[in-house]
Amino acid sequence: MPGSGKQAKTKLKQSLSSLLIGVVALLLALACGCLIIMIMGKSPLAAFNAIYLGSIGSKAAIGETIVKAAPLMLTAMAFAVTFKCGLLNIGAEGQIYMGGMAAMTVAQVVKGVPYPLHMILCVIAGMLVGGIWGGIAGWLKVRFKADEMITTIMLNYIGLQFANFMVTNVIRDPAASLPQSARAPESAQLTQFISGTRIHVGVIFAAICLAFYYIFLWKTTAGYRTRVVGMNQHAAHFAGINSKKHVVLAMFMAGAFSGLAGVCEILGLQIRMLQSFSPGYGFDGIAVAMLGNNSPLGILISSLMFGALKAGSNMMQIVTQIPTATISLVQGLVILFVVASRFLVDRAEKRGNKKLAKGGNR
Amino acid sequence: MSEYILEMKGVSKYFAHVRANYKVDLQVRRGEVMALLGENGAGKTTLMNILYGLYAPSEGEIFFNGEKVNIKEPQDAIKHGIGMVHQHFMLVQALSVIENVVLGMKGSKSPRLDLNEAADRLKELAAKYSMEINPWAKVWQLSVGQQQRLEILKALYRGAQLFILDEPTAVLTPQEVEGLFDMIRLLKSEGKTIIFISHKLNEVLSICDRITVLRLGENQAICNASEITKDELAELMVGRPLNNERHREDTGDDNPVVLKLEGVTCNNSDGLPGLKGIDLEIRGGEILGIAGVDGNGQRELAEVITGMTHVTGGKVTISGDDMTNADPIDIWKKDVSHVPEDRHKHGVVLGMDLVENNLLINHFRKEFQKGPFVDWKAIEKDTEEIITDYHVKTAGKNELIKNLSGGNQQKMVIGRALERDPKLLLALHPTRGLDIGATEYIQQCIMDQRNKGVAVLLVSTELDEVISMSDRIAVMYEGRIIGIVPPTTSISDIGLMMAGVEPDKKDDQE
Repeated sequence: MPGSGKQAKTKLKQSLSSLLIGVVALLLALACGCLIIMIMGKSPLAAFNAIYLGSIGSKAAIGETIVKAAPLMLTAMAFAVTFKCGLLNIGAEGQIYMGGMAAMTVAQVVKGVPYPLHMILCVIAGMLVGGIWGGIAGWLKVRFKADEMITTIMLNYIGLQFANFMVTNVIRDPAASLPQSARAPESAQLTQFISGTRIHVGVIFAAICLAFYYIFLWKTTAGYRTRVVGMNQHAAHFAGINSKKHVVLAMFMAGAFSGLAGVCEILGLQIRMLQSFSPGYGFDGIAVAMLGNNSPLGILISSLMFGALKAGSNMMQIVTQIPTATISLVQGLVILFVVASRFLVDRAEKRGNKKLAKGGNR
Repeated sequence: MSEYILEMKGVSKYFAHVRANYKVDLQVRRGEVMALLGENGAGKTTLMNILYGLYAPSEGEIFFNGEKVNIKEPQDAIKHGIGMVHQHFMLVQALSVIENVVLGMKGSKSPRLDLNEAADRLKELAAKYSMEINPWAKVWQLSVGQQQRLEILKALYRGAQLFILDEPTAVLTPQEVEGLFDMIRLLKSEGKTIIFISHKLNEVLSICDRITVLRLGENQAICNASEITKDELAELMVGRPLNNERHREDTGDDNPVVLKLEGVTCNNSDGLPGLKGIDLEIRGGEILGIAGVDGNGQRELAEVITGMTHVTGGKVTISGDDMTNADPIDIWKKDVSHVPEDRHKHGVVLGMDLVENNLLINHFRKEFQKGPFVDWKAIEKDTEEIITDYHVKTAGKNELIKNLSGGNQQKMVIGRALERDPKLLLALHPTRGLDIGATEYIQQCIMDQRNKGVAVLLVSTELDEVISMSDRIAVMYEGRIIGIVPPTTSISDIGLMMAGVEPDKKDDQE
């Protein structure tokens, strides 16, 4: 077809510019991080060296990067799938807690079921309860027009406190002095299957979710409808698309992704459930999604990058005594730069277009 | 003093890749009405925005009263005595008339705003031009025609000598147009100069002294209105002869009724009555045209038929089935195609490509699904056919629809609506904002559907279009159908009905 070369070029240009924004934002944020490390009187080089060692310097380090990337990828999709439906889901954190809690409860309560059936039951429970937790915000949105940004933030606290309640009361290990659950039985654990690393089965589930995310949004009719709702609600109404259904569905899927992130953390790594077990994956996921521009490939790359930073920052703290908070700061700056540059690019585009629109009168 | 109040010499304006104006000359004599005629996108508005200081020209000079002027912003233009009445009024609806008049003006030294004095001056001015206007009325209480007069008064109040009227008749009934023309004649008799921007030939010929024709951003011709015919003018404007005839076949008048509304009422988006009891019938193979000033219930009418708005009373029947308050998706499934009023709001998803936008009204059809998946191959093929059949100019089916021109977007919207072989077609303002070539083409497409036996509801504010296309014309006023008349009815009679005057019983056929 004539012109298809031009289209391909445009598309390539768009994804390149999107990639460029990400890379520039990351570099800028790292530069700021260097500055801060220097102000602290430490050597940025030593810090980077430690991060390198901790993230990809060895087989174990690579494993750490991957097990940290998996939940980030899931919570990033939890943000992205709702974003594609025109929603802002800030509730991944609460959904993680509900998912992790549900999985651990099933792990403790259900007895006599062999591996891997027990483990799969736990995963399903975690995704279902996380999904319902997300779905509640979706339902509040379509039933009462409650802003999902507010309700998901509020549900975060309820989810966190409910999970803590379960740990301190219902599934508490009576033998332990701290409020924590007993170890999950072997039959319920996400098996770590590569020796020398902590890579567990949950990583595979996360990868399946990423494939599902891509296929759902870009290959299925329901996914197409979801994207229409996200891009133009009026057009969705015109086309007879039930926006309400898709809002609830997207929020449910988001909750299920986050729930799985919680399951990975609890049954893949920590095995016991403690209070406040998530290291903020729910919020970091937003940054990952933004850096990856909500695309499957972008989310994959940026979650690995953030996973590496997370894994490396532990090593950095051990070796150089620079606090891991420095890396959180870098992550925060990444979001800031990405949002700022997108804003600037959009504004430049809009200005150009507006002039065209006015000038051409069409 | 120079013969010309205004001379624009060699004015060009470029936007990124687009040449909006190229070496345009415009000379306007003091006290004349000069038409600036051209199709959409011919560069009329751009040229006037340059004159009014909204855009800086890429090159060229402007002389006012023989002196070279440098107009950087609207304040400069106002100082020189240039007043502009925009197509979309620049009025604050919640403020009173007089507040709108003084808005943005530098008052006396005192920080206190003396509205009373200004109101007296405004009344005096209005009386001089035999206009009645209450300075204390809120703008939202005024009719569209009154708001337009207020805009002109506002310019007069600021001492304008030269008035730019940008498509001033687009929002008026035929009677209001006459009122505007009286006003223009009065201004002219007072020695004021008027630049009248339009693409409507009849109006230009009846009110203007001279005509400057722009095409594709360049000067096409300058002529005296008294020395040119409508056809010649149209050819200058479009660059080829016009074809006003649409091929209309005899479809008979005993085809089954496809759409029937009985006593339909509904509320508009503000919760006020939008439709107040609509009865109508459309048979296969006929076009029922809806004439009326924008905002008299046309949108609500289409929305109750498509299920987008719920009726509060009455019954909607499509192809014999009661579809009152049915879900929009079920209406689509009844082979109803809808070309919406607001293309960008409802009709397309700007950030999606042509294939995805085609899917928008076909997503529920089995032939474009494979289980839960979209059958992209099938919908791509269908889209390619639309692009070919309806001459959509695009780099390809995967181009984002926002990168298409308005005319080509509309061709896509019409094409996808017709490609699915509807039984009922609701076409709202199908040619609004399109150039004459695209308009001719789309009108013929709609006529072809009628000839094939499709029932068509055509809503348009262009009376010419309604009259030339329709088999019957229903005139809407304030949510009611004030009468259904044959297309042979005179424009002035239809115009009266558009203003709410009931037709005589003897004229009321059907």
